[in-house]
Amino acid sequence: MTVETRDYLDSRMHISIGPSHPATHGTLRFHLDLDGETIVKCVPEIGYLHRAFEKSAEKGTYTQVIPYTDRLNYCSSMMNNVGYCQAVERLMGLQIPERAVYIRVIISELARIMDHLVCVGTNAVDIGALTNFWYFFRAREDIYELIEALCGARLTTTYTRIGGLAWDAPPGWADRLKAFIEKCPKTIEDVEGLLAKNRVFIDRTKGIGAISKEKAVSYGFTGPCLRATGVKYDVRRDRPYLCYDRFQFEIPTHTAGDTYARFLVRMEEMRQSLRILQQAVKDLPGGPVLCDDPAVALPPKSQVYTNIEAIIRQFKLVIEGVKPRKGEVYDCTEAANGELGFLVVSDGTGKPWRVRVRPPCFCFLAAFPEMVEGQMLADLIATLGSINIIAGELDR
Amino acid sequence: MEDFLRQNIVLVSTLAKAIVVPIAIMNVVPFMVLLERRGSAFIQDRRGPERASIFGIRMFGLWHTIADAMKFITKEKVVPAGAHPVFFYMAPALLLIPAIGAFAGVPFAADVTIAGETIPLQVARLDAGILYAFGVASLGVLGIALAGWASNNKFSLLGSLRSASQMLSYEVSMGLTIMGVLLIYQSLRPEVIVQAQAGPIWKWGIFVQPVGAVLFLVVGFAEANRLPFDLPEGDSELVAGYHTEYSGMKFAIFFMSEYMSMVTISAMVTTLFLGGWQIPFVTTERLHGWFGTDVAGQALTALCQVTSFAAKVGSLLWLFVWVRWTQARFRFDQLMKLGWRTMLPLALLNLIVTAAVMLVIWKDDPRFGLGFTG
Repeated sequence: MTVETRDYLDSRMHISIGPSHPATHGTLRFHLDLDGETIVKCVPEIGYLHRAFEKSAEKGTYTQVIPYTDRLNYCSSMMNNVGYCQAVERLMGLQIPERAVYIRVIISELARIMDHLVCVGTNAVDIGALTNFWYFFRAREDIYELIEALCGARLTTTYTRIGGLAWDAPPGWADRLKAFIEKCPKTIEDVEGLLAKNRVFIDRTKGIGAISKEKAVSYGFTGPCLRATGVKYDVRRDRPYLCYDRFQFEIPTHTAGDTYARFLVRMEEMRQSLRILQQAVKDLPGGPVLCDDPAVALPPKSQVYTNIEAIIRQFKLVIEGVKPRKGEVYDCTEAANGELGFLVVSDGTGKPWRVRVRPPCFCFLAAFPEMVEGQMLADLIATLGSINIIAGELDR
Repeated sequence: MEDFLRQNIVLVSTLAKAIVVPIAIMNVVPFMVLLERRGSAFIQDRRGPERASIFGIRMFGLWHTIADAMKFITKEKVVPAGAHPVFFYMAPALLLIPAIGAFAGVPFAADVTIAGETIPLQVARLDAGILYAFGVASLGVLGIALAGWASNNKFSLLGSLRSASQMLSYEVSMGLTIMGVLLIYQSLRPEVIVQAQAGPIWKWGIFVQPVGAVLFLVVGFAEANRLPFDLPEGDSELVAGYHTEYSGMKFAIFFMSEYMSMVTISAMVTTLFLGGWQIPFVTTERLHGWFGTDVAGQALTALCQVTSFAAKVGSLLWLFVWVRWTQARFRFDQLMKLGWRTMLPLALLNLIVTAAVMLVIWKDDPRFGLGFTG
């Protein structure tokens, strides 16, 4: 017979948030020690959505990795497509056509807006304000329709190709985009009006989940979460890629580093993205969207059906894939959550030797216990929503 | 039979009221759910549920609530391992009974005189009807606390702990808030309070006790566990709070109780602050003058007054929906702070100011204060 020993004076309650919980945004788990409702200890457990991205990437050709990148941050899959293709292109020293560059900027900014819409919307839902979410999802639906017109898919886009894009935008797409740019600020204003000066929302977010500038840098924060602490770092400006250096845009920052600051930064970033979109759609050049390097781009279908050279080229590219020279490259883009980096190592064959992803939200989760310990259970949920953990990107 | 009815008209009418009124309140629930769904859709710029149809008739989505009821009834009854075998079943009932019961003291029309007998249109005419209503309404916390405790689930437990402390704290403010009204009308009988608000609209409680009315409404939101005070459920933090482990009809009863307590709170606000069944500027006597005092005239009068009462309660219910889909949720400690540091001092201040004003200014005013006895 065993004698149960228990410390009856220990009033802590151990509680497990997740892996299936309404506020974990994917499968993610937190082990919490609560004293009343105050969090004494928080231990995140990740890996529930691990899909072996890196191993899968080594098994196919370079092009076959693109669909996997859709599933990283599935709220803004276009950006992952862009980021990965850009890394491979850099490894190959490839120049992509001007039109493809502009469309990549446009889809990146659309994806950024979409991601911020989801993040701010679900964060508000976690705090109990559901209506903002639906306002934002209306706008998000408009973006999804634009994206659907581009590539036929809404979530798993796989729109970019190494050397450019899969297809050109359909006729009239730019006008639809312009209509959206006209319409979107109203939605942002509506939600800002509902939340930014809402006493309950401010009480719930100000000073919650705050992190200092130094801590944020040392944990490797990037993106809106870093800019909310006051560091003006944005890959688009500091290491310009695509053609971001041609556009006028501000990089919004705040100093508080808390949930409210992150909310404000995201709201402002959406406006800046709209500004970039406006300029990009105005300057959108014509021309091809895929480079004409025969070692990279698939030949046009009309030639494949009529020309033996083209058939061979198509066959070689599909079966063997593009073959970058031996070497490795790290390239990063400013994804919605922060710096999304791809380390691509090539051994000269058609399959990548290694594709390593630097997901922005991995760093946030590392700092998460520090941000929430000592605060209340409801604050954990508010903070989690505001750092925008996407389990697909976190676990890969 | 007719003789029996005539002789026992009080007994028969009381029985009828005791049966009809709870059923009526229960039947407000599906409409309230419809209002909530369509109202939220209206606020959120979407269509809302409207697809369910019977032979092509959609009824604005009303069938969805009926489909919901069928789903609840036929759903598997899940009882978690370790749940208390008795309390787990008892908890929903403990919440439901106060939600209906508190309505008993609320008058919904002026008295009707039939065959020489005065029949109050109020389920129970009690000496301290207000105290009864608040006493019964406050029992609801038992059901929630018990549900959380009996479920053997930590999320439920946290939800019920929140609920218990929330309801107890806000009850204090609630009691103090209505004291001002009771002082002015000098009665604990809801029918007397309603009668005192007859005639011009500025005699309504909301104009006599504006601070009290606002405080009471806020406390009412907290008592009904509605956003921004829906912490016991707190669906993003606590999954579903105290009813996490409940499924099927047991959950439906919690669900119904929430809506019924909203109806009850709205009815109380109406009675105390919005003139109850009174139609502004149109007194019962004037209605009788229009319709006559025979049975048909009295029935018409009562119908007008019930409609007025229902319209007021309905507007308040819409306010509940409106606030829910606009506001965010408080955090637990903020809620307590608001309760103890804001609501309670304000309620006390309101009471003191009311008492002082009555003592000094309205001492001899026959409309208010000490001259009026119920």
